[in-house]
Amino acid sequence: MWGYYVALAIRNSSRSKALTTLVIVLMSFGVAACMVCYAVFRVATEDPIPARSATLYVPQLDNFGPAKNTNGEPPDLLSYLDATALWQAQAAPHQTLVYPARWGVESNNPLVPPMSLAGDAVTADFFAMFDVPFHFGAAWSAADDRQHATVAVISPALNQRLFGGRNSVGRTIHVDGLALRITGVLDAWNPKPRFFDVAGSGPHSAFDDAGQIYVPFTVAVDLKKVSATWYCSANGINPDVASWNSFLHSECVWISVWVELPTTADARRYADFLRNYANEQQRAGRFAWNANIRLRKLLDWLAFERVVPQSSTLSMAVSGSFLLIALVNVIGLMLARFMRRAAEIGVRRALGASRRAVYRQFMTEAATIGLAGGLLAIALTLLGLWSVGWLFEPGIARLVHVDASLVTGTVVLAIVTTLASSLYPTWRAARVQPALQIKIDG
Amino acid sequence: MRPPKIILQIAPIFAALGQHRIATVLIVLQVALTLAVAGNALFVVVTRVVHLSRPTGTDESHLFVIRNNWKNGQDPAQIDAQIRADLAALRKVPNVRDAFSSEAFPLEAGYGLLTGLKLKADPIARPRLAVIYFADEHAIDTLGVSLIAGRNFRADEITTIGRYAKVSAPVIIITNSLARKLFADGSALGKTVYLPGGPALIVGILKSLQGPYAGSGATTRPFDEDNILFPARSSDPDGVIYLVRTTSSDAAPIISAALKALSTEGSARLIDPADGVLTLTQARHKGYATDRSVALMLSMVSGLLLLATAGGIVGLSSFWVSQRRRQIGIRRALGATAGDILSYFHVENFLIVTGGIALGSILAIVTNLGLMKFYAVGRLPVTALAIGAVLLWLLGQIAAYGPARSAARLPPVAAIRAA
Repeated sequence: MWGYYVALAIRNSSRSKALTTLVIVLMSFGVAACMVCYAVFRVATEDPIPARSATLYVPQLDNFGPAKNTNGEPPDLLSYLDATALWQAQAAPHQTLVYPARWGVESNNPLVPPMSLAGDAVTADFFAMFDVPFHFGAAWSAADDRQHATVAVISPALNQRLFGGRNSVGRTIHVDGLALRITGVLDAWNPKPRFFDVAGSGPHSAFDDAGQIYVPFTVAVDLKKVSATWYCSANGINPDVASWNSFLHSECVWISVWVELPTTADARRYADFLRNYANEQQRAGRFAWNANIRLRKLLDWLAFERVVPQSSTLSMAVSGSFLLIALVNVIGLMLARFMRRAAEIGVRRALGASRRAVYRQFMTEAATIGLAGGLLAIALTLLGLWSVGWLFEPGIARLVHVDASLVTGTVVLAIVTTLASSLYPTWRAARVQPALQIKIDG
Repeated sequence: MRPPKIILQIAPIFAALGQHRIATVLIVLQVALTLAVAGNALFVVVTRVVHLSRPTGTDESHLFVIRNNWKNGQDPAQIDAQIRADLAALRKVPNVRDAFSSEAFPLEAGYGLLTGLKLKADPIARPRLAVIYFADEHAIDTLGVSLIAGRNFRADEITTIGRYAKVSAPVIIITNSLARKLFADGSALGKTVYLPGGPALIVGILKSLQGPYAGSGATTRPFDEDNILFPARSSDPDGVIYLVRTTSSDAAPIISAALKALSTEGSARLIDPADGVLTLTQARHKGYATDRSVALMLSMVSGLLLLATAGGIVGLSSFWVSQRRRQIGIRRALGATAGDILSYFHVENFLIVTGGIALGSILAIVTNLGLMKFYAVGRLPVTALAIGAVLLWLLGQIAAYGPARSAARLPPVAAIRAA
């Protein structure tokens, strides 16, 4: 019977070609617009490190005070005083300090000119906390951090450029004029979004590639390396900081701190620790205000930093309403299509077809049209994704990919929306009174 | 006097629409949703286009910048000597008109040195925000901006400023926008204002110059046009920015000649091969990429939306015509002309679309309020709604024309017979 209904649907479609084409085109454009925007949106909202994101937290504390902060929210970076205090307290099983900077890199390879490269100053736990994979060697140790050891970890791309991809552990590179011994070469590691230094590099760089070099935090501070972002109040007015030393002891913020807290109980304890620390600072006279702290989980942190571009959510909203309008449109067109065949329905009902049979016939017809719409939608989605670099921010657009779930999602969405928009027209069709139609039109 | 025919048709139209309540509601709903979505989307498009086409006030097509980083370990005196040598070398490159050094550049999309200006040396007075460009006596010529009052810096006024130094200078040049905000009566020239580091005399006023924060994000910042030329070279150990104005718009050969000239001026520098040099045209393209893509995408979707609505109106109108063949035939047989039938369908369409516009205006305002809450979107102006309404009326009339004409062409006899 189903096969017969499908055949009927195709025969009817060829009788009203314009109407059928209109329905299929409308549906497929609506669905394709949604799927293209969704493909971009899912990239923008991806969890960069699913295995660990639930246990990674960013502590914040308000060293600006109510007069200088933004609507009572603590700054999104920490001052050198607070960051190093939290790091030295070791109140969490693992913690790391991070800040992004540019580094002047030279090697003994005469073929490679000196380069200015992006990278991060981090502490030893960084690599373990974020599951950073090593191709050669390993991370430096916590003792290296304490002893200001002149070591570095480099990316596979930099290793390729400087050492032709060979094992370079133990070799030396010059970073800002300082000789650093390579302890490890990473495997490809490029979390998206680049969560670990997003506060320092800014949300507009959140989908940039990870840096090429990792330098111990203590060494970076010895090099007087300033972060790509630093600020000393939310209103942009910076105090006088005469020298590097006074900068380090100022309330200017520029360092991200990450802590790993395996259980919620750990997180509660860490929040208490943070509050106590702020209270101590208040008692010591440094803060003239009550403790104002935050401890955000990784995904909350990304939301707080507004990593998802507004254009992405806006395009989801617009394409969603486009699909809704297409749906309303298709309801009308399906109604026209079905009611045109009132006489046919009347005959079928008079010959003994039940209402249920009419339902089945018309829903099958809708599903057939939906399937055709879905196939066209796949083509349009692929076309849309092919030109996605033209329509969306290039940083995100290059991460967009097609997979099986996107393709099946397209077809399913097309069929479901066509079925949904055919519910009312089918109900009307099934209500056709057999005798009346035959009398009028016969 | 009898009212015009069109008015007389309205009562029967409403009676007929009553017979097709659902179809009517669907078109009304569709027009309403289209107005709400396309109206807001096109409003966002217009704001973004206005935002991204703001001029910088400079000779953009002839400017390029070199992001020059210093190797570690140079002292401020070395850096300053190097900058002066570099600038002298750059100004000698063929087809280079002029060059100067700064810490920021127009369309950089961030990283400008934000400062506060006060009219009195009062520590608690609220400062007015402005952005500083480090500059020298070549800056005005290099940028291609024009002085509308006062004078340029003199070579002996240019100092050196370190990364953490207090922002203070005896003389500054400010933009007209900032001058008007500080002194509404237009008397800024020759007045003293207070920077965080001390008083400064306003010696010149620029017609316009956009700040380095512009060129990113959707928001037009209130201080984007409020900028200060500050007579100093930056001895920041990280690096410096060279702005170069060329005499020809083909920048590529001049850039390579400039880089070659710099390479002979010592090896203390690092210029990123990937993004160390860019023209302001490239900076504009890059900085406004998001705004451009949002505008492009929203106008495409709006266009599709209008097409979809038109398609829907055509589809439902032709269905109606086919349903009413008998009615039309009877009217024609009773003496109605083809023109009467045509105008009947057009008036009907006008009435339905009007209903849609009424509902859509409310929806559009509600949507706009929602957008204002979550996005950097302004209040939807009434003119935008009016334009949208006129567009939809036109669209409705055009879409209805085909079906209406085929109805008007029905011969009276055929209409009765076929039904």
